[in-house]
Amino acid sequence: MAQIVPAKKQAGKNMAPSAVDEKILIGMYRNVYATRQFELQCIELYRQGLIRGYLHLYLGEEAVAAGACASLEVDDYIVSTHRGHGHCISKGADLKLMAAEIMGKATGYCGGRGGSMHISSKATNNLGANGVVGAGIPIGCGAAMGIKVKGGTQVVVVFFSDGASNQGVFGESLNFAAVFKLPVIFMLENNHYAVSTPVEFSTGCCELSKIGPAHGVPGICVDGNDAVAVYRETLQAVERARSGEGPTLIEANTYRHGGHHVNDPGLYMDQDVLAEWKGRDPLHMLRGKLAESIAEKIEKQVDEEIAVAIEFAKNSPEPSVEEFLASIQE
Amino acid sequence: MAEIMYRDALRQALFEEMEKDPTVFIMGEGIAGRGGSYKVTEGLLKEFGSGRVVDTPLSEATFTGAAVGAALVGMRPIVEILFVDFTALVMDQLINQAAKYEFMSGGQGKVSMVLRTQGGAGNGLAGQHSQSLEALYYHIPGLKLVMPSTPYDAKGLLKAAIRDDDPVIFLEHKLLYMTTGEVPEEEYIIRLGQAEIKRAGEDITVVTYSYMTLKCLEAAEALAQEGISVEVVDLRTLTPLDKGTILDSVEKTGKAIVVNEAVKRGGVGGDIAAMIMEEAYDDLDAPVMRIAGKNTTIPYNLELEKACTPSVEEIVEGILELL
Repeated sequence: MAQIVPAKKQAGKNMAPSAVDEKILIGMYRNVYATRQFELQCIELYRQGLIRGYLHLYLGEEAVAAGACASLEVDDYIVSTHRGHGHCISKGADLKLMAAEIMGKATGYCGGRGGSMHISSKATNNLGANGVVGAGIPIGCGAAMGIKVKGGTQVVVVFFSDGASNQGVFGESLNFAAVFKLPVIFMLENNHYAVSTPVEFSTGCCELSKIGPAHGVPGICVDGNDAVAVYRETLQAVERARSGEGPTLIEANTYRHGGHHVNDPGLYMDQDVLAEWKGRDPLHMLRGKLAESIAEKIEKQVDEEIAVAIEFAKNSPEPSVEEFLASIQE
Repeated sequence: MAEIMYRDALRQALFEEMEKDPTVFIMGEGIAGRGGSYKVTEGLLKEFGSGRVVDTPLSEATFTGAAVGAALVGMRPIVEILFVDFTALVMDQLINQAAKYEFMSGGQGKVSMVLRTQGGAGNGLAGQHSQSLEALYYHIPGLKLVMPSTPYDAKGLLKAAIRDDDPVIFLEHKLLYMTTGEVPEEEYIIRLGQAEIKRAGEDITVVTYSYMTLKCLEAAEALAQEGISVEVVDLRTLTPLDKGTILDSVEKTGKAIVVNEAVKRGGVGGDIAAMIMEEAYDDLDAPVMRIAGKNTTIPYNLELEKACTPSVEEIVEGILELL
């Protein structure tokens, strides 16, 4: 098989990038760190039996969501995936309601009906994770179409993966968005594995950003472990979308730090390549851009917030079976 | 009251709802400039423009998914799928997305969309354009299913479907578009979940829906000449199902036949028959009978095609057998 190497592709700009506002850096680091710590805690909760079902971890990919969401306004929309904790957090989720949902509690975002794989948050315009790979792509196009028909100014970022890029609706949606110049950004998180199948074994065109231009959608490739790079590229795509110029496909190259889900050790992954990617940990890359004291302050706040969130979730009531059964209509 | 065609009644409903509510828009293949295969959407483009009357690429799964997304940002989209057969292409978006979003989000979002499509045999369109697939959608919690038989019902139910907060499959029948019936000038709505007794009778209940309603009424008329009084219950909405009207009728007549065009196995008719036996066993003087389509792909040849779906004669014979 072909050697998997970290992406060094750049976005093709001649100008040196301008400095990113410190507020943006702080916001992104908060979200990368919060996602990392939240998920590490979730693994513990899973082992304790407090989380059940599937738990797909975003470890190693946090910079994609943090960078993309940093370019959005509060009322812009995102569409998430089964591997969606980072999207949910970076779009501004309340960690208490998120932890409660993942633990199936009545106080969770979805009242315990969705769990990790279906979490959504109306309050932050997160239209939700999805248990069907690729299914969110047309939903994101529709949200963008709805905004357009209404005459709104919001944009939609649809997160999906290299695995989803092999679904028919991906090609259809690129074309659909191009035809109607929809305000949508296709954020392709290339983590190089569709469950256990490497991208090289599942697609004839490994440079996935090239699929965009074939459908009339500009395609851009970015280092998905570099939150600043993701932020910059997404910001440009957002500006394009908001000004009526239509969709953009961004391929963010990144790598899963483990298997497909919490119970998959990922032994099929090339350990040398994995070590190389872990050496470019998105958390450390972004932390290095902040003063130590600022990073420490963020970390302390987030640690406290997560501890409070987990306590809240643990102490929250289970949903009522009686109320649930009474709500079912024949 | 004006006598108009079924397709015109549908068009009136679309016009009225789009005029009233700017969040209503419609997407489909060839619906704008062409006005749709059955002329239901003719004139909408001129009235409402290409922003709200959208000719889509041939990408059923994507534009159905787009309706889900549009609904989630506050719109009331209507999608038209040319044939119910082609809804095989959109099943994930209907079954896993539209039907489940409100539930899985804990009520944070509602998918207020209508999927209009048409089915049924009778036009020589063969195996992939003639099926009756309502049972697939009848089976799924979270979807509503409407199958009107008259212009009056089509208009009132489509308006209700557009205003409904849940995803509604609105299933027309290709042999009904040119049928005519009275439709009042003034506005009206027919609430989803209400069956209608299309012909009152005393001796036997025939439960049916969509195009088969016309066949059952013909059968009832023929039997009336022989002094047999048949009550024809047109369900109009399959989900939610109006059990009350069915059970009241069975209580009165003591006998029931369920007639549908779709194949018998795993069908809506079997479910309704079982429901009657569970809930009205003591009222029954005979087992509930099902009359349904043959267990076959619909053939192209006219005579073969005719042999697949229940005929008036078959319904008459069934009624006589049960009596």
